[in-house]
Amino acid sequence: MQNLTWTGTFGAYIDPFFLTTFSACFIFIVAAAARGFSRTDGPTLINPTPASIALLGPTAVIGLVLWLLSLTGLAPFTMLALGNAWLSFVICLIIGLATGLGLFQISAGLIFKLVQISFYATIGLFLIYLTIGLFVAPETMGIIGAISKQLTPTWIALIITFLVSIKFKRNLGLYGKLFDSPIGMIGLGLVLFWVFTALLGAGFDLIATHDPLGQVSGMKNKHPGIPLRGAEAGDYPYYLFGGDTLARDVFSRAIVGSGIVIVIAPAATIFAFMVGITLGLPAGYFGGRLDTVLSFLSNMVLAFPVILLFFLLVTPEIIESGLPKYLAVILFAFPVIFIGVAQFSKNRLKSNFLFLQFPIMMSIAIWLYLSLVSEANTVISILPPLLDLFDVPSEILVVFVSVVFVNSPTVFRIVRGLTLDVKTRDYVAAAQTRGEGPWYIMLWEILPNVRGPLIVDFCLRIGYATILLGYARLFRFGIGIRKPRLGHNHQCRAQTTFSLSSTRFSTSLLSDEFGLGPQSTGRWSA
Amino acid sequence: MGTFILRRTGVMLLTAICLTFIVFIMTNLYPNLEKLAKNEGNFRMSDAEVASFLGNRGYTQRKLQNYGEWLGVLPGYVIEGSDGKTRGRCSNHGAIVEDAGRYCGVLQGDWGFSSRFKEPVSKIVITRLALTGKLMFWVLIVMVPGALLIGVMAGMREGSRLDRSLSTGAIVTTATPEYVSGVIFIAIFTSSAVGLKWFKGSATSAMENATFENFLLPVLTIAIYGMGYIARMTRASMAEVMTAQYIRTARLKGVSFANIVLKHALRNALIAPFTVIMLQIPWLLNGVVIVEVLFNFKGFGWVLVQAASNNDIDLLLAVSVVGVVVVLLTQLMSDIGYVFLNPRIRIT
Repeated sequence: MQNLTWTGTFGAYIDPFFLTTFSACFIFIVAAAARGFSRTDGPTLINPTPASIALLGPTAVIGLVLWLLSLTGLAPFTMLALGNAWLSFVICLIIGLATGLGLFQISAGLIFKLVQISFYATIGLFLIYLTIGLFVAPETMGIIGAISKQLTPTWIALIITFLVSIKFKRNLGLYGKLFDSPIGMIGLGLVLFWVFTALLGAGFDLIATHDPLGQVSGMKNKHPGIPLRGAEAGDYPYYLFGGDTLARDVFSRAIVGSGIVIVIAPAATIFAFMVGITLGLPAGYFGGRLDTVLSFLSNMVLAFPVILLFFLLVTPEIIESGLPKYLAVILFAFPVIFIGVAQFSKNRLKSNFLFLQFPIMMSIAIWLYLSLVSEANTVISILPPLLDLFDVPSEILVVFVSVVFVNSPTVFRIVRGLTLDVKTRDYVAAAQTRGEGPWYIMLWEILPNVRGPLIVDFCLRIGYATILLGYARLFRFGIGIRKPRLGHNHQCRAQTTFSLSSTRFSTSLLSDEFGLGPQSTGRWSA
Repeated sequence: MGTFILRRTGVMLLTAICLTFIVFIMTNLYPNLEKLAKNEGNFRMSDAEVASFLGNRGYTQRKLQNYGEWLGVLPGYVIEGSDGKTRGRCSNHGAIVEDAGRYCGVLQGDWGFSSRFKEPVSKIVITRLALTGKLMFWVLIVMVPGALLIGVMAGMREGSRLDRSLSTGAIVTTATPEYVSGVIFIAIFTSSAVGLKWFKGSATSAMENATFENFLLPVLTIAIYGMGYIARMTRASMAEVMTAQYIRTARLKGVSFANIVLKHALRNALIAPFTVIMLQIPWLLNGVVIVEVLFNFKGFGWVLVQAASNNDIDLLLAVSVVGVVVVLLTQLMSDIGYVFLNPRIRIT
């Protein structure tokens, strides 16, 4: 059997169009960047940039791009290379200047329109690859089409979610408002794509093509699209993303692996934020001794070499001594404390709340907390098994605790710094004069006003937590350490598969951040 | 000011003592000692051989005794081993040397002897720290101005085209872990697969003589990864400040936009990015290990991995002390910086 190509036999007809729109999009973006560098027209412009300075933009942008392209040795640009890098640099700048003069004859609006059109055309053609792939055999639309077909459950779930949400968006509060802006929908789409893939792929096993742990001889370090050797009826005939160093299917591993990442990374980040906020606010607000003690502890964790931590955590004696468990007991208590203090400080004067809602809420929170930390036959076994709702497997707990442990002092430092700043504002003084308690001021005056950087940090930190999980794996299994020279030619195959599996990784991060970052900050601070 | 610095130095000493004690206890757990013995002796040692190996070299004394010896408040051990040789701490765990002193700990300026590298710890730490320092310096030079520029330009007009394109760029770069971007850089710029052999894929020669050719890729890999994060934080703070009342007042007064951004907004927006930049420095100290391994640049992170995987106790303790000093110094700098950025902040 033949290797699958990326776009297959039918895709070969679409490829030229796709490449055209893609490079057109690139060219127009460069032109728009060059043109938009300086504003020389527009209805409301009072202070236009002088033409002499305005031309610097296109000269620099187009000149540099051309120069870099000439250095790459791509066929159409070799004539610019001229054998001498400096000479070609000057020539490129002159061409940039000339193009700039031309560009300023066209209105900026037209260029941006062209960028939009070519961008949507590229996206549209990509969607065509995906859609056709749904209905044909893998050979016709290649790897992209085959993956699209495998992901059918995800597409269905996504479409249903979007249709329902758009229909009822007026009744859905903040979530519904996401559907008012295209960026919000793109971000949410990317996040939901991975959530559904993780849920349907890892939870219900509807997407993966092979057993993620199954090894097939002769499939070690193979290129994407390799036919499965000795495939029997019922086996999926290809390794879509190739085979890894142990001859396992990279595509299935990526899909199944996303399940654990998508649960642990956000959860660990939330816990780290609870710890950081609950300790950082009083450290910044009260200052003095409390600040000294808390900063002392956070510095200790910050100075602890992370790599040593990962090495120590696999030491069986440390796991048996219950150290991760004790850490979990301490770290997991913070969300309960946070919720309790936040609600109490806000509603403490309402008798109804104090004697009815508050006790109920706290007992549920404490129950959840105890079921999380308590596990029969370990060092922490508080709840009787009947009441213990769930247990966390110990190896996951270790990774989880270490990610929370490593991240919380950083959050602490950020919250403390922001609190020090915001504490000096007039509205805090006003609240103090009103006679509000310190915790009310911290949680309901200061915290909402520092949320901008915190939300951004939260979204990015989900990504870093994911990468940290990757580190933990790298160190525990020695991938990065034993094979230092991954990039060399004789290991080119390993490199391909490696970067491919990591692409999934980074796109998942991208989606998290894209979806939550710009959107929610924009919305909340608006 | 005098008492402030004195107190901070005291806190630094206390942190160093506590942290080294914790690291000491952790690395002296028996399974870790066993790893040490097998790495130093041979991997086929029986349990009894491991025990006598450790006993002969003073590892099985009481923990506090050993820690005191490392600190230099207790005299170093001199043990006549089961194999008839007499060994001493002050003779680098080897056969007794005549001129070795009685005390040999940190207080005497002796940081111990690395079991992995067979060299004095102080020498290793100083050379490797200098190498990583060089890397960190260039990373910071590239990363911080670039990130602040991107962040300010994106945040000054929230939601504009400039903001959207810069933000997307920042997210993409920071969402790509350095072990991915490093591999991609190496594949594009150094291999014959693409044909661009502009730079070198190995930074080994940069340890002696860093040039543009051999040092750009490692610096760029780390800088790009960290840049997006700082840029996003700057953007968030900047966007928030730009909505404040006094910015509107300044615009209505007719202050030029550049002046508003640079003089009115920037200083108020810098608290969060400044914290984050200062937090990047301790992270760079051992977070660069992946890049160091990828580009074969044997710096501090590489030493740390070697020390941790061989359970090299003295070296790990020295590394922790360096960590404490760096963390506390950056914390001091950020506290002083806060007061500069917002004079109403009072730090005690």
